[in-house]
Amino acid sequence: MKLNYRIVIFALAIIFGVFFSAPSLLQMEDGKKVTLGLDLQGGLHMLLGVKTEEATKSRIKSITASIKHFAQRKDILLDGLKFDETTVSFSLLDEDDAGQIKEFLSQIEGSNIVVNAESYSLNLTDEEIVKTEKEAISQAIETIRNRLDQFGLAEPVVARQGAEKILVQLAGIKTQEEEQRARELISRAAKLELMAVDEDRAARVYTMSQADAREYGDVILEDAKNPQIKHLVREIPILDGGMLTDANMGFNQNNKPQINFTLNAEGAEIFGDFTGRNVGKRLAVVLDGKVYSDPVINERIGGGSGQISGSYTVMEAKDLAIALRSGALLAPIYLMEKRSVGPSLGADSIRASMIALIGGFILVIIFMVIYYRMAGVIANIALVANLFIILAVMSLFGATLTLPGMAGIVLTVGMAVDANVIISERIRELVYQGKSMHKAIEDGYANAMRAILDANITTLIAAVVLYVYGTGAIKGFAITISIGILASMLTAILGTHGIYSMLENKIQKSKNNRFWFGIKG
Amino acid sequence: MEFFKYTRTFNFMGKSKFALVFSIFLVLSSYVLLATKGLNYGVDFAGGTIVQVKYDTAAPIDAMREKLKSNEIFANASITEFGSPDEVVIRMKTTTGNVTVDIGDMTREALKSTGNYEIRRVDIVGPTVGAELKEKGIMSLVLAVIGILIYVAFRFEWRFAVASIIALVHDVSIALGAITLVGLDVNLDVLAALLTILGYSLNDTIIVFDRIREGVTNSKKVDLTDIVNESVTRTLARTTLTSLTTFFVVFTLFMFGGEIIHPFAFTLLVGVVIGTYSSVFVASPILIWFGFDVKNYHVKLANKAKREVEKQRMRDQYESGVM
Repeated sequence: MKLNYRIVIFALAIIFGVFFSAPSLLQMEDGKKVTLGLDLQGGLHMLLGVKTEEATKSRIKSITASIKHFAQRKDILLDGLKFDETTVSFSLLDEDDAGQIKEFLSQIEGSNIVVNAESYSLNLTDEEIVKTEKEAISQAIETIRNRLDQFGLAEPVVARQGAEKILVQLAGIKTQEEEQRARELISRAAKLELMAVDEDRAARVYTMSQADAREYGDVILEDAKNPQIKHLVREIPILDGGMLTDANMGFNQNNKPQINFTLNAEGAEIFGDFTGRNVGKRLAVVLDGKVYSDPVINERIGGGSGQISGSYTVMEAKDLAIALRSGALLAPIYLMEKRSVGPSLGADSIRASMIALIGGFILVIIFMVIYYRMAGVIANIALVANLFIILAVMSLFGATLTLPGMAGIVLTVGMAVDANVIISERIRELVYQGKSMHKAIEDGYANAMRAILDANITTLIAAVVLYVYGTGAIKGFAITISIGILASMLTAILGTHGIYSMLENKIQKSKNNRFWFGIKG
Repeated sequence: MEFFKYTRTFNFMGKSKFALVFSIFLVLSSYVLLATKGLNYGVDFAGGTIVQVKYDTAAPIDAMREKLKSNEIFANASITEFGSPDEVVIRMKTTTGNVTVDIGDMTREALKSTGNYEIRRVDIVGPTVGAELKEKGIMSLVLAVIGILIYVAFRFEWRFAVASIIALVHDVSIALGAITLVGLDVNLDVLAALLTILGYSLNDTIIVFDRIREGVTNSKKVDLTDIVNESVTRTLARTTLTSLTTFFVVFTLFMFGGEIIHPFAFTLLVGVVIGTYSSVFVASPILIWFGFDVKNYHVKLANKAKREVEKQRMRDQYESGVM
């Protein structure tokens, strides 16, 4: 028995493997563990798209609101202020105000202003539209992340995928209800608008069409509690949720949950101005296009705080407050891909793949010992070491183990043993040729090495391509296969070589080739 | 234990004509199947929805069908058993874009009153994502083949590379044919299996080629057929053993890996068998047919060695200051 550098490296690799795979295997509290993929632990994976064109529309709408507010403050009389999907237009009644209004308009970033005598129109430049759409995506990612952080699930993943897709991954969702809640929270526009009720025409709301309403610069909105009830409100909102600084769940005097919100300074000022001018009229609190309440304004409301009351449960009110606090989505999102796996299916998959892994493993181990005797035992040591190292490396890098990843490990067992088959066959050949044990082992490894390297590298090429072009769970397959191949070079080639070198003299002395290599002589 | 003891060289290449006929038959049948029956793209590539439902008792498939007629969106829904009578998979070509209420929720709603069930999996792949995955999938197959081609050409010789690629195309074609024959849903996992077959079959081919390369370099023989026969015979034990062990594990995966892993394991199972066959009976004969010239190769090797010696001589001269 003599030590050599190979056996030392192999021993270190085994220690490394056992040490770092222990947290995952024993489910220890501390230490880095392998993360289970959504397909194994259950969870929700979604790829979301953003309807970016809506962001431009809502930008136009808020520009309109700001023009209206500016004109009211400065007592500038505007006629026919209206907007459509791309353009805001109005005409100026008093030519003397032209300077003021032009200056205000010029401060609006990225806009084209066309003035034709007293009529004005404004639209967004192409660059501004692209910018707005880009912002809508970043903002959606930011907002969804904020919302999910407050939702209470461990480590939600929200990331950009490609140029305009959003990846959302929620592990550990236990129930259908929880998934539903999460999806509602993510997709909720949470767009709060305070709008003036058109008191002059409100009585005729049930006989009006949406087109009629537009004629007057109004819009017909449904009631949140009862869709049969309609409200006629001014199309240009007084202010929107962008000026909201905080939202919390509270209780009203009847002990029903409600949302209390606070506006920023600018919002508070606009709100104060409006309520001061419109005492006795109604104010509609509109959330995502539905009217939640329309209280009569009794006096000027300063301080910039308000309530949204509706008939919701405590849970719904809490989620709504989270959504409002995290900000509105500038543009609505839609579902492009969804993969949802229940925890019970994940557990089934783990069980099934463990049975396959252990079953395949035991078959291979028994076969190797029967066929190669001691050489088979040595190969099996390398195989076990390989499994530990795969797990250790994955734990260390926090890699995700998916179902195809499990299949990859099973396959690695089959492929790692290949290296030892090749080596053992070469050694047998040389032993038959009557070479000395030292020569047989050294030449056997040298001859086998080229073939094993070439074979492993080509498999690695396929695995890398799979990793780069694969998605989700398939990436997991590429990861385990790659780590497995690299680890097998260490265990099946270097490790077993070390063991042979150590036992070389013993093998030479014993002359029992049947015991060592499973061959006669 | 020994399955194959090397005592004499088998004349594998003598049988290669039969193998050729057999291979051509298999590949052509695969193409006919692909052209007539066609690949059955699953939701990953075609877009669509999969809902996996598990009942407490045997799934009431007829009642489910009846319920699903209630809504246009479930048109063309197919319901099939999944592993056990309690569990079924509903496949639909339709998808929905709404985040809060999607087609999975609608299915849950529609199935109410068909019994006690649990929705275990919902996969919705929108058409754009499906098309993208398909594009990426084809791309990955092509790139893997190109990468391998370059590597083998670099390590061996171009004829080796072309022969191994033909063997790969042969294997993948037959695997696709088998997939079409049993009507497997082609999803991302099947693609992964196909890529694994590429790697695996190439493994086998390279082990044989490595022996041929060794034989060509070291042996005095000049007849390539003899060298190939000897190399194939000498690697036969390894080829069989590795195929067997790999077959063991893939087979246990197929038997016990669970319903979800079935398409993956099936594809691999076919691949292991075909890959082993092709490395002996497809890749090696092609090398011969391409007219790989041993003598020529020897001359090339000799020239290369001569150049090396010459270079070394120059270097020595330079270092000793002669030049």
